Amino acid sequence: MKIIVCVKQVPDAKDVRLDPKTNTLAREGVQSIMNPFDRYALEEGVRLKELYGGTVTVVTMGPPQAAEVLRDAVSCGADDAVLVSDRAFAGADTWATTYTLSQAIRKLGSFDLVICGKQAIDGDTAQVGPGLAQRLDIPYTAFARKVLGCADGIIRLERMMDDGYDEVEMNMPALLTVVKDINEPRVPSLKGKMKAKKLQVVVMSAADIDADPECLGLKGSTTQVVRVFSPEFKAEREMLVGTVDQQVEQLFSKLEPLL
Amino acid sequence: MSDEKKVTILNYFLTEEQQMIVDVARQITEEKIIPQRAELDENEEFPTGILKEMAQADLFGLYIPEEYGGFGGGCFDMVLALEQFAKGCVGIATSFAASALGAYPILISGSDELKQYYMPLIASGEKLAAFGLTEANAGSDASGIQTTAVLVGDEWVLNGTKQWITNAGDASIYSIIAITDRAKGARGASMFVVEDTDPGFSYGVKEKKLGIRASSTRELIFKDCRIPASRLIGRQGTGFFTVMKTLDLSRPGIASLGVGLGQAALDEAVTYAKQRVQFGKPIISFQAVQHILADMAIQLEASRALVYASARHIDNGGNDVSKPSSMCKVMATDMAMKVTTDAVQILGGYGYMREYPVEKMMRDAKILQIYEGTNQIQRNVIGQALNKEYSR
Ligand SMILES: Cc1cc2nc3c(=O)[nH]c(=O)nc-3n(C[C@H](O)[C@H](O)[C@H](O)COP(=O)(O)OP(=O)(O)OC[C@H]3O[C@@H](n4cnc5c(N)ncnc54)[C@H](O)[C@@H]3O)c2cc1C
Ligand SMILES: Cc1cc2nc3c(=O)[nH]c(=O)nc-3n(C[C@H](O)[C@H](O)[C@H](O)COP(=O)(O)OP(=O)(O)OC[C@H]3O[C@@H](n4cnc5c(N)ncnc54)[C@H](O)[C@@H]3O)c2cc1C
Repeated sequence: MKIIVCVKQVPDAKDVRLDPKTNTLAREGVQSIMNPFDRYALEEGVRLKELYGGTVTVVTMGPPQAAEVLRDAVSCGADDAVLVSDRAFAGADTWATTYTLSQAIRKLGSFDLVICGKQAIDGDTAQVGPGLAQRLDIPYTAFARKVLGCADGIIRLERMMDDGYDEVEMNMPALLTVVKDINEPRVPSLKGKMKAKKLQVVVMSAADIDADPECLGLKGSTTQVVRVFSPEFKAEREMLVGTVDQQVEQLFSKLEPLL
Repeated sequence: MSDEKKVTILNYFLTEEQQMIVDVARQITEEKIIPQRAELDENEEFPTGILKEMAQADLFGLYIPEEYGGFGGGCFDMVLALEQFAKGCVGIATSFAASALGAYPILISGSDELKQYYMPLIASGEKLAAFGLTEANAGSDASGIQTTAVLVGDEWVLNGTKQWITNAGDASIYSIIAITDRAKGARGASMFVVEDTDPGFSYGVKEKKLGIRASSTRELIFKDCRIPASRLIGRQGTGFFTVMKTLDLSRPGIASLGVGLGQAALDEAVTYAKQRVQFGKPIISFQAVQHILADMAIQLEASRALVYASARHIDNGGNDVSKPSSMCKVMATDMAMKVTTDAVQILGGYGYMREYPVEKMMRDAKILQIYEGTNQIQRNVIGQALNKEYSR
């Protein structure tokens, strides 16, 4: 089985702040990590490989330093890594991102499965997985919480819902986005770390993926972030005082009329 | 938990590869061991899932040559990994270490055929190993063993009982020693590989222990247990030789359990002493408390330095390895007992309660002074080595 896992480098959520003056993310001194959901996507890919044989290729679109998340992925079991990187990709929205990723994935040849995280913790749209499936013209299931099995070109899985789960079957090639319930990601292995150290990351530029320049980056983006801001904290607040019991009683009497 | 970004530790000039081992083992400790240790201890539960994580990270093959599916490391690499695990839980670290103890006899004296078959299974963590020396009447005095092995046709027939064997019942591969010719004295014992499924082989009940309660300890019972002749490790009569070589190689690992445990206890003690306010001040501001902490730190770092130096001496093919191996075991494990006891003292009544990790650390420390040769026996070894050196 040939499995492609899409991973994104994101700022560590613990460190994220908005610069109050420019309203942009203050990225200096902020540690970059693999998007937490993508760890689960990778683990699922590696488990499926261990079960059914094949390879796991990790793909990321990002600046040169995004190669770090690819090394991280290889130390945790991925076989190959592809960095899709070009100045022309800068400022991409999800529309342009899915275009770019789909062009890159097509270049990698045939595949059976693409696995994405449910969402990225910075952009947070959860659109890239589904959008990418549309671009690749393959079926997808979002919020996969369990893979039940793959056989005869069909993957069966459970999709998490608010009130339980659905059982879903798709013809492969297919795409899924995963939630954290799906597995428990492993820590890197020694052999994986050795391999990651020596890894030659394959870099694909706009030309390498036969991209239409009009569809890339800011130019190819149909949406634009007009303003990013921290919501002002306007809510009235009131401190409850007294013993714990008294505070609970006060809280209860305030909430009761609202129920 | 120690935050090594903040804590200044000495530079031991680790290679990039060695630092990698530390990082991987530390990540397992922080993410997998620490969150589960209290529960496993409380329930006396074997850490199957965590050992699987260690296997997946290639750590079971750390000391096994690459040709047998291992990582090709040595004693020092094991020391580095065990130190990290012991920061989390000595019980879990012991289960990991005991598998190596079971593998060493095969590595040291086994035929190529035995190595080809068993080492890849142990290196991958697919099968756990264990080491069976101790018996009811043979503790410090290994010459008291009564388990026998008799060659009948092309099979060895084993009879006897081993006691307090770590991983017994959970392991699949056992390196055990038995008397093959009592008349030959020290050359009358041999080592064998016994498998979980061999006929006539069974286990006693699981022991209830003071500490390292996530590890399992049981009897091995041999009743006309038949194994193929090819399971003899090395030549007949070399059993005690192999045991001594095994323990020389493994003791720095026990010492490093002391170092990891001591580090964890110091971390807890200092962190607590900064937070706990009495008489209007954090207790770390009292010099009497500071001095206890200072002594803990001094003994800890001195032990670490001796353990690392001894392990490197062994890996570099140094001679007379018994003495440094015993010296570092005594020093680091006596330190761990002292430092964990002091940590409980620093935490006062809170330290005595199970909500805080130091009571477990103190319970876990005690075994380190007992198993793989008591610290009295280690001192005997060191004393005898000195006597020999000065007679040259
Ligand atoms: C600082 C900053 C500035 C931005 N500026 C703009 C802007 O000007 N205009 C605009 O429209 N948008 C902007 N974005 C949002 C940008 O469009 C998204 O970050 C990007 O398209 C991915 O969407 P997402 O983060 O919501 O990913 P999601 O859709 O939430 O991610 C789901 C999954 O898709 C995969 N995935 C996502 N991104 C990648 C990637 N790059 N490589 C490989 N796999 C990936 C991962 O598996 C991930 O788990 C900005 C984002 C940031 C952080
Ligand atoms: C939890 C646990 C796990 C173990 N795991 C294993 C295992 O995996 N495999 C294995 O083979 N064994 C194992 N053992 C056994 C362990 O190695 C022995 O307990 C140890 O070697 C000491 O033997 P003993 O308990 O019989 O003490 P004894 O030999 O009876 O000693 C009692 C006391 O007398 C002292 N003493 C004895 N002789 C001398 C002397 N000549 N000079 C000075 N003092 C002396 C000792 O230091 C000790 O203080 C384990 C034990 C425990 C408790």
